[in-house]
Amino acid sequence: MTLLHTHIGFVEALRSAGLSVSLAEGLDAIGALEKVRWHDRETVRAAYAATLVKRQPQRVTFDAVFDIYFPRLIGSGVAGEDAADDDGVPDTGAQLERFREALAEALASGDQQALQDLAVEAVARFGAMPGRGPGLSSWSAYTSLQRVSPAELMDRLVQGMLSGGLDAEQAQRAAGRRIGDFTRLVEGDARRRIAEEKGPEHVTDVTVRPTIDRLDFTAARRSDLEEMRREIYPLARRLAARLTKEQHAQRRGPLDVRRTVRASIATGGVPLTTHHRPRRPHRTDLVVLCDVSGSVANFAQFTLMLVFALREAFSGVRAFTFVDDVVEVSDTFRPGTDVVEVMESLAASISHAALWGRTNYGRALTRFAEQHADAIGPRSSLLVLGDARSNYSDLALPVLSDLAGRARHAWWLNPEHPRHWGTGDSAADSYGEIVPMGECRNLAQLGEFVHEIV
Amino acid sequence: MTTSWFSSPDDAATRLRAAGYLTDDATALTAYLAGALEKPLLVEGPAGVGKTELAKAVARAAGAELVRLQCYEGLDEARALYEWNYKKQLLRIQASGGEDSWSETHDDIFTEEFLLTRPLLSAIRRDEPTVLLIDEVDKTDVEVEGLLLEVLSDFQVTIPELGTVSATRRPFVVLTSNASRELSEAVKRRCLFLHLGYPDAERERAIVTSQVPGLDDKVAAQLVDVVVRLRELELKKAPSIAESIDWARTLIALQIGDLDEATVARTLGVILKHASDQRRAIKELKLAVS
Repeated sequence: MTLLHTHIGFVEALRSAGLSVSLAEGLDAIGALEKVRWHDRETVRAAYAATLVKRQPQRVTFDAVFDIYFPRLIGSGVAGEDAADDDGVPDTGAQLERFREALAEALASGDQQALQDLAVEAVARFGAMPGRGPGLSSWSAYTSLQRVSPAELMDRLVQGMLSGGLDAEQAQRAAGRRIGDFTRLVEGDARRRIAEEKGPEHVTDVTVRPTIDRLDFTAARRSDLEEMRREIYPLARRLAARLTKEQHAQRRGPLDVRRTVRASIATGGVPLTTHHRPRRPHRTDLVVLCDVSGSVANFAQFTLMLVFALREAFSGVRAFTFVDDVVEVSDTFRPGTDVVEVMESLAASISHAALWGRTNYGRALTRFAEQHADAIGPRSSLLVLGDARSNYSDLALPVLSDLAGRARHAWWLNPEHPRHWGTGDSAADSYGEIVPMGECRNLAQLGEFVHEIV
Repeated sequence: MTTSWFSSPDDAATRLRAAGYLTDDATALTAYLAGALEKPLLVEGPAGVGKTELAKAVARAAGAELVRLQCYEGLDEARALYEWNYKKQLLRIQASGGEDSWSETHDDIFTEEFLLTRPLLSAIRRDEPTVLLIDEVDKTDVEVEGLLLEVLSDFQVTIPELGTVSATRRPFVVLTSNASRELSEAVKRRCLFLHLGYPDAERERAIVTSQVPGLDDKVAAQLVDVVVRLRELELKKAPSIAESIDWARTLIALQIGDLDEATVARTLGVILKHASDQRRAIKELKLAVS
């Protein structure tokens, strides 16, 4: 493959991974590559990054694609080949013993180069899956990690760090981080090998994950959720900035005759500039009703946090959580409270919201209408968050239509893809007829929606 | 025109270091590319990581003059590009006392003499090496971005009365953004992009010791250690490099030779600006509150 082919394939792969790389930017990249020397892979990476990646969240995707198209080494590398077949079978008990010993040492010293070499060896030795049919991946990060199980080295690592003078908590954290890094190295190496065998186009389609703001709430891993939580405040800040700007743009209300005439005296009675009364900003009174059962809890929490982070944009926000019973959680979100504490108390409130522990929309809606009927008035807007999966119970459609009728506006946000609505026990279609239902699967969509209702 | 800003990425790193700005490899490379390709450089990142400082350091390193355009909401052409000096034009017309014909007056009052150049135009017209810093470009309205397009892609400004002014020498343009708003694709396409994040512990220690001379090495290590741990917490605003430096200065001013828990708790206000963040830090770092 020539360099030009690699470049074009790389740009294509970035485009299919969701980065909008224009032709001009591709040319810029080539211009930049002409100006630097290619002896260092990181230089090439930085040159590509400077010209092609224009939004920081896309950097993760870019790095993954770059590693596939510009691999660190080919096969097991020069060092790997002579070590591979000393007794015919690469994966033996003795080898595993030796390998884990070496890994423990490298983890303890934090030697990046050694860890990288070990990751390559781990995949070569323990991750090979020979004899599988064509079209199936022949290297597995999962198998090698299972076999090596770096997590078991955790205790040893922590002990070593404790004697090195760190306190218990610090040692735990540092050890966890190093093992996590090693796991990522192994995953990266397996991807590289698969790409080598099947061609990079195949791998980018399968393995590259969407950027964090386009990642589905329901498909998020734990580490993703933490990252998303960190995104909430910046998102709220961006939305708030956009809102003030838009409000300023339409700030001109009706003509203020008195001020205009007074100002015209300075210009000899000619009203050169007109003055306008400021327009009164319209503020919504928001009532959020959210399903916090296991399947959609994350989505509900993100939405609540975002809504409360934008508290100033609403005249009042009340939040209720339910599984099959309703509980009010507005007090959790006092101004200036800490994000982590909020999440903890929200988690605690889930146990109050569940009577029998099975989601029951009909019951929850009925209880809400009975206990908190005062929450909904002609000036308030109702926002329901949930996947509308009600375990085939009574849906209480009249109750919802009554609530929606009393409120000024009503919306329903569903974290599922529309193609799943109405399948199985989902009552999305029935509820959707009463309350307009919108799809909200990732942070980007959530941001758009919240901006719209404000 | 042919003089380049930096001869290589390594040269960029050394000269920026000499100017008091410690770069990492990516920053040095991107700064070098911006000079070599003569493309504007868009720097994005949280507040206080040295975005503006990078532009100043480039100016110092290359011996160029810094022209700064601070963006804000409501910034317009008259304050970014150029403006006619109406008062002077009026004076000129009155002074001639109506003797000149209209066409003479017209030719006369729309000349260089009556032109007030604003940062964008003055950066383009300068013959000496210039660094043009367009600060906080995300604060402007979308219309100003359109104005920037002509300047950033061709380095020229069209003034209807005078014609098109092209740059005799392309300035080194740095745009900074806090990402409070997405810039338009058109602007981004014309720029090189650099994201400045928080540095790793080693580089941060080097930055703090170089910015705050007289700081004890041990205290610097302790300080950076605490800051790195704070950034791992879920805070509303994580401490930035600028805040680490402020903190180091505070410690010098208080003549503290050892950063123990009580001192951290007492001076936390320098680095954390939210009450809830401070509470969280005290809880997570298990600080003793006096």
